Amino acid sequence: MSDLNTRMIEKYRNDFLKEVEANVEEGEWVKMCMQCGVCSGSCPLGKHWAHPPQEIFMMIRAGKREEVLTSDSMWMCTSCYNCIVRCPRELPITHIMHGLATYSKKLGLVPKGQPTATFAEIFWNNMMKKGRVNELKLGLSLYFKDGFGQGIKNAMANQKLGMSMMKAKRMSPAEFFGGHGIKDVGGLQKMIKKAQELEEARMKKFD
Amino acid sequence: MSEEKKFAAYICTGCGIGDRLDAASLENVATREGRMNVVKQHEMLCSKEGVKMIQDDIDNDGVTHIVIAACSRRAKVDAFSFPESKVAVTRANLREGVIWARPDTDEARETTQEMAEDYIRMSCGEIKQMNPPKPSGQQERNPNILVVGGGVTGMTAALEAAAAGYTVHLVEKSGELGGHAAKLHKRVPFKAAPVGTPNSPDANLPMPEETGVPEMIQAVESNDNIKVYLNSRITKTSGAPGRFSVDISTESGDTVTENIGSIIQATGFTPWDPSVLSELHYSDSPDVITQLELEELANAAGDGPIKRPSDGKEVKAVVFVQDVGQNSDKEGELPYDSGVGDLVSIKQALYFKHHNGDCDTTIVYDNLRTPGAPGEDFYRSGQKNGVIFTKGDVKEVVPGDTLTVKMHDKILDEDAEIHADLVVLDVGMVPNSGPDPYAATESLEGMSDEEREAELEAQAEEAADETAVSVESILNLTYRQGTDLPQLKWGFTDSHFICFPYETRRTGIYAAGPVRRPMDIKQAMDDATGAAMKAIQEIELAAQGRANHPRTGDLSFPTFRREGCTQCKRCTVECPFGAIDEDEERYPQYNESRCRRCGTCMGACPVRVISFENYSVNTVGAQIKECLIPEEWDEKPRILVLACENDAYPALDQAAIAGQEISPWARVIPVRCLGSVSLSWVTDALNNGYDGIIMMGCKRGEDYQCHFVRGSTMANERMAKVGDTLESLNLEPERVVVHEVAITDIERAPALIKEMEETIEKVGLSPFKF
Repeated sequence: MSDLNTRMIEKYRNDFLKEVEANVEEGEWVKMCMQCGVCSGSCPLGKHWAHPPQEIFMMIRAGKREEVLTSDSMWMCTSCYNCIVRCPRELPITHIMHGLATYSKKLGLVPKGQPTATFAEIFWNNMMKKGRVNELKLGLSLYFKDGFGQGIKNAMANQKLGMSMMKAKRMSPAEFFGGHGIKDVGGLQKMIKKAQELEEARMKKFD
Repeated sequence: MSEEKKFAAYICTGCGIGDRLDAASLENVATREGRMNVVKQHEMLCSKEGVKMIQDDIDNDGVTHIVIAACSRRAKVDAFSFPESKVAVTRANLREGVIWARPDTDEARETTQEMAEDYIRMSCGEIKQMNPPKPSGQQERNPNILVVGGGVTGMTAALEAAAAGYTVHLVEKSGELGGHAAKLHKRVPFKAAPVGTPNSPDANLPMPEETGVPEMIQAVESNDNIKVYLNSRITKTSGAPGRFSVDISTESGDTVTENIGSIIQATGFTPWDPSVLSELHYSDSPDVITQLELEELANAAGDGPIKRPSDGKEVKAVVFVQDVGQNSDKEGELPYDSGVGDLVSIKQALYFKHHNGDCDTTIVYDNLRTPGAPGEDFYRSGQKNGVIFTKGDVKEVVPGDTLTVKMHDKILDEDAEIHADLVVLDVGMVPNSGPDPYAATESLEGMSDEEREAELEAQAEEAADETAVSVESILNLTYRQGTDLPQLKWGFTDSHFICFPYETRRTGIYAAGPVRRPMDIKQAMDDATGAAMKAIQEIELAAQGRANHPRTGDLSFPTFRREGCTQCKRCTVECPFGAIDEDEERYPQYNESRCRRCGTCMGACPVRVISFENYSVNTVGAQIKECLIPEEWDEKPRILVLACENDAYPALDQAAIAGQEISPWARVIPVRCLGSVSLSWVTDALNNGYDGIIMMGCKRGEDYQCHFVRGSTMANERMAKVGDTLESLNLEPERVVVHEVAITDIERAPALIKEMEETIEKVGLSPFKF
């Protein structure tokens, strides 16, 4: 959390665009959008988004910082890459969406209970423990994320799938106890920490 | 006539004509009925040998009048033109007009042969009425070009013409050359980014560049072939291409008279005044300015940051409002879009970015247009440098120390405000045209009688109102039809913007640059080059007494029989090109080099005294008369088709080429323009026993396709009176129809003839068959 998350900026000024350029992965492409709307029309989930990509880009340029960063739109991206393939200006739209999501997470502006964000968090924490994803625990954490009762319900509903996976040796109940991992977990964690520090240092401060 | 006439007909049997038709019988018709002195057949008349056979007859046998019975007059034009010999030539269209238009069946053979024989008869009749055209000698070669306007367009035209060896008189009303372009800080780039330039945000994209205007002025001033008249105006232009006499009132107050071959009008534009839009506060806020005013600020700033007019503060945020008063249906605003304002705003936003990358530059547009080769790359260049483009509708500018632009963001669909130090308005270009000679008459078109009366009254009132602003004449032509170039739309000087962009309705006077349509420097330079080419072409053709456009090279020109003329003035009024003046005795005075050879005067003349050497009331009249009308009990109707040679006739040719069947009853006569059709042809044809008459001309009205602009309209007006003729003859009105036919109507044109065939079946054959 930084003071960036509550930053107020004037509308239709370049400030937020510059912030996005500096701090969002591939953010320097946002200004090149020509508002044709092909991305919005190509998005298979487009109608479920509050703001399709074209609109997000316009909002960035209009300086609507809070609306953009607290939006759940970029979290809706399924990485189908339709927009990237079709964008006549060749903007890496999918990457920008993920970049925006990452930035909003970094600032702590993700809307509460956003499922994609929650899953991403569970996935990350799971992976960081052993250096490998423990699928049994990942599945269970996901089932029980909304409480014990709902967790049992979810588990029962997917019972058949779970059994089949075990039969096919795609998932082992033994994983529940510790589970497999990489040789040097400590080393990985140090590496990631260093990378995060570097990224943090590179993040441009705006006041 | 002192010269002896010798008539010859040549029948080609190539391209299947010999297989499908009985050539011996055709020869017989030409000899016996056509009374040709020489009749010959050739198996491939357009071949070297065939053409040589004809040329030998001209050279050795004294043949002066030639009928070529072969393909359409639109095919093998060069082979059958005989430019070195003074001969009259006509063509009987046996290939496209007969064999390709008819099915190759036993049942059709008889009617097909009849068709061919009729065309031979008709051509033989026509050629007897024709004379070899020769130049009038009204003017000699005059290599002087007058360029009116010393902006980028005028200077480019002058430099191009001078480089081709012509002498240019360049007249500029202000005290310096360069026009608006001389006041610019930079210009929109001329070239796109190199092919293969990536789309990335760090690509190397075109940027605003030096205007090049000072160099151009220098080149004009140092060119020996260009004479510049500053602070000068044209007080009188008389004559015609090749012999214009132009009075130039010069700086010193003297009037210089120059003999001029052709004229280029490059009078440019005036920026529209946005004062009427009170909500934008252009007139009462010094920090709301137009694009041209910003150029002055940029020039004043030199290499430093741009400062705003009110308090000299450095501009840190600027908003560009696009299309102010353009594309509007409101009174007093411009109904069109000037199209180049978006490129200009991108350029100007980059002025600010050049000094300060943090300067906020927002362009509020509705439809962003970036025409020209570098357009899209320049747009990207603006985006790359951080210019913000917002699709929106500006409602109001609130003046103050910080100006507030209130708008509706059309992408986000919400009202928004932008704060700025300076607001720049993109206003449209208003053409600097002279008064439109046809403004009064054209406003009457399509009105009812009462509306017409009211409009005339209003016009008279306006004319009487001395306080009304009148547009100053630019050329001061002494033409009967007004002092200046006619206008096309919205005050822009006439041109046929698709096919012949520089052609105006005044031959030898070419409009170029923003007076013709809104354009930027690059387009204006291209336009000026084109106009210079046309001006040169006109000088050379006028010198030979030949037409320039669209009947390029035509030597024939209209003359009239003075004894027969009733001085009704219809020809002088109806000529679409203002070619005909009146002499002191009020007889029409033809100016051959102003003429386009359409024959609209000929169609207008009620006493039929106007004719060309090779095209007259008699040449077509003879064709109508010579066609054999079968007896009523033969049950073979005859349909006369008068087809415009520019669109309808080639459409019928194309139809035949494409295998469309054309009615065997049709006899097609090409006319130069439907405007040249004389009412007497219709009357004669009906009296001769034709069962139906179809006139095929081009689209008329606002989106006209007529090569002669008004010919088709004129014909339609005249033919409205044909009903009386039919009534007096006790004939059904549906026997005479006028159609608009485009060159692409290859299925429709034969269908229209078929339609007439069905009409005749319904109403019966004409009772006038004797």
